[in-house]
Amino acid sequence: MPVKQRTAMPVQDPKERIANFDQVAQGYTEEMAASEAARCLQCKNPTCMAGCPVAVKIPAFIKLIKDRKYQEAIDTIKETNNLPAVCGRVCPQETQCETVCVLARTGQPIAIGRLERFAADWGAQHGTTKVEKAQPSGKKIAVVGAGPAGLTCAADLAKLGYQVTIFESLHAPGGVLIYGIPEFRLPKDVVRREVGYVKSLGVHIETDIVIGRTITIDEIFDDGYEAVFVGSGAGLPMFMRIPGENLNGVYSANEWLTRINLMKAMRFPEFDTPIKKGRKVAVVGAGNVAMDAVRCALRLGAERAMIVYRRGRQEMPARAEEVENAGEEGVEFHLLTNPTRVLGNEKGWVTGLECIRMELGEPDKSGRRRPVPVPGSEFVMECDIVVMALGTTPNPILSATTQGLNAQTWGGLIADEKTGRTTKPRVWAGGDAVTGSATVILAMGAGKAAAKDVDEYLRSGEGKWA
Amino acid sequence: MNEILVKKVLTPVTKLVVVKNSYVAAKVKPGQFIILRVRENGERIPLTVADYDREAGTITLVFQEVGLTTRLLGQLSVGDCMLNLVGPLGVPAELPEKGTVVAAGGGVGVAPILPKCKEMHKRGVRVVSIIGARSKDLIIMEGEIRASSDEVHICTDDGSRGFHGYVADGLKELIAGGLKMDEVIAIGPMPMMRATCDVTKPFGIKTWVSMNPIMVDGTGMCGACRVTVGGQTKFCCVDGPMFDGHQVDWDEAWRRANVYRDEEKIANERCASCGGDR
Repeated sequence: MPVKQRTAMPVQDPKERIANFDQVAQGYTEEMAASEAARCLQCKNPTCMAGCPVAVKIPAFIKLIKDRKYQEAIDTIKETNNLPAVCGRVCPQETQCETVCVLARTGQPIAIGRLERFAADWGAQHGTTKVEKAQPSGKKIAVVGAGPAGLTCAADLAKLGYQVTIFESLHAPGGVLIYGIPEFRLPKDVVRREVGYVKSLGVHIETDIVIGRTITIDEIFDDGYEAVFVGSGAGLPMFMRIPGENLNGVYSANEWLTRINLMKAMRFPEFDTPIKKGRKVAVVGAGNVAMDAVRCALRLGAERAMIVYRRGRQEMPARAEEVENAGEEGVEFHLLTNPTRVLGNEKGWVTGLECIRMELGEPDKSGRRRPVPVPGSEFVMECDIVVMALGTTPNPILSATTQGLNAQTWGGLIADEKTGRTTKPRVWAGGDAVTGSATVILAMGAGKAAAKDVDEYLRSGEGKWA
Repeated sequence: MNEILVKKVLTPVTKLVVVKNSYVAAKVKPGQFIILRVRENGERIPLTVADYDREAGTITLVFQEVGLTTRLLGQLSVGDCMLNLVGPLGVPAELPEKGTVVAAGGGVGVAPILPKCKEMHKRGVRVVSIIGARSKDLIIMEGEIRASSDEVHICTDDGSRGFHGYVADGLKELIAGGLKMDEVIAIGPMPMMRATCDVTKPFGIKTWVSMNPIMVDGTGMCGACRVTVGGQTKFCCVDGPMFDGHQVDWDEAWRRANVYRDEEKIANERCASCGGDR
């Protein structure tokens, strides 16, 4: 029997969408969702769930969509996933649940992410998700950072009856969901809605508190909290350490995206935070953050928006869908190209990027073929804005101000992979603060695992720590 | 939280507010700063804490109304709240335990000098303050500085009071007059700090400055506040704001401080037309 094709996602036309920040993927209609759900084989021994870091009951919710029981579908998802509208939009399903879907081998796995998004959006529009508050345990738990890891951990603990407070350093909760991922992939209304759900579980969020500076972890304990989960994210942006990086017009991707997403600089002067828009924007790097940055540049009106990456197309770490979307929108990919210097004019503004061509040599430690420079191949790429999207390293504030909380030499907090336990008793950690730059869903998985272990630890009479 | 309890007009362009924020008041040390936002849609700007009262849970901020956000801040009255205020941020100043320190404050920079003077004075350091402004009416916080200094010198650009000239020139005179000092802390507009460093460098006098670059988050996340110090890139928000002034790349710092000059003009014009009180 031939396999029916995956139901396509309706998208905004590339020519139109580069002039706005509205969502690119517009979401399934009920008909599309029901039709896609009907493709699911409802395997007796489903493999898809093993691919999900938060173990969403995938076949169950898909069957409910097929039966048009949307409320039950979203309730089923929310049993294990506190942020489904986020996951349905930004999870790399193609390397997780969908890659282990039985239909994957036909090239047409079930569009699990799109269905999850449908159920979440339906729930937000029509649903009446009942919040069952657990019997209060009377125990207070603190969570550091209101990003994907922290929100997940807090929500799970609240569901178990703990009194949870999240401390967030920025003025708005959401972490990377609010400052990093652009509106056209993840509308901020959706983030606010998901945060609203976490709050409805009884979680209290205090913004404008930098743990380590405003309050220390030890002071949190003095205040009667019994456990702390650290989900503070990966803070410090990396630069290349090449000449000219401090010229006017060179941004880190974090700054570029924070100005746009959190501060809404694209709407300056209606919003007070400015940004230099740039006519020719070069973004260095090829991960998801680089794709977000370069696509923002187009939407700010750049004539040319360019990815500059030292390896080849195969090696680009970004999701295939993001690369494809960027390509459709007219982003140029300058691959096997490595910047060697940022060039500027006499007033100190960026005028170009000196690059060298690369070729792929032997595989390196990561298994990817190592790029090596081609001697004498330097050339200048004209541009007026450079965005460095090279990844981040964890912010040292916490490990530096918390006795006993140890970090790896590169900055990541040391934490048990399964439980999230750190080197300091009663302190758990997860997400980018532990792993360095990774994905939203891995951070959520870590938050979830830690919540489970926090509960077990506190209920079991607090046995041995390590 | 963040309620303005006291507001004083120090000069036509400089205001002082005492703000309720028990978190910052409990923790802040001399040299540290806060980030604030006045309103929804507002930008985040850093301000160095000028004074604090741990018991009352208040901090004092002094600001010059130069840009949109400081002008909006100046429009708030007693009883109003700032929308957001987070801190303390940055590394506290490394203040000596003994010896003689010259505290040089120019213009609104006199305010952030104050907590350092207070702390050093308390420790028994001999504090020689040199404070200056364009004209005698623009000198701020003289009384507070006097209360925490062993010696105070006033400089005015127009000669209307005290030494006729810049703070840096006043310092040069004191050095020429034989004043011995272990270090200098200079805070003020960038040209003032730079000039002060130029004066002390030939004598090898360690000179601390407090950089005030453009910031967004203020916690190390964005890197907007990059400053080159001793040939290395530092993030002012987590590595500073105090740096060895002789090591700072001033040309770069000046250039970077002016990145959004065009946008600042647009914002200011809009503010004037949207009911600002000036």
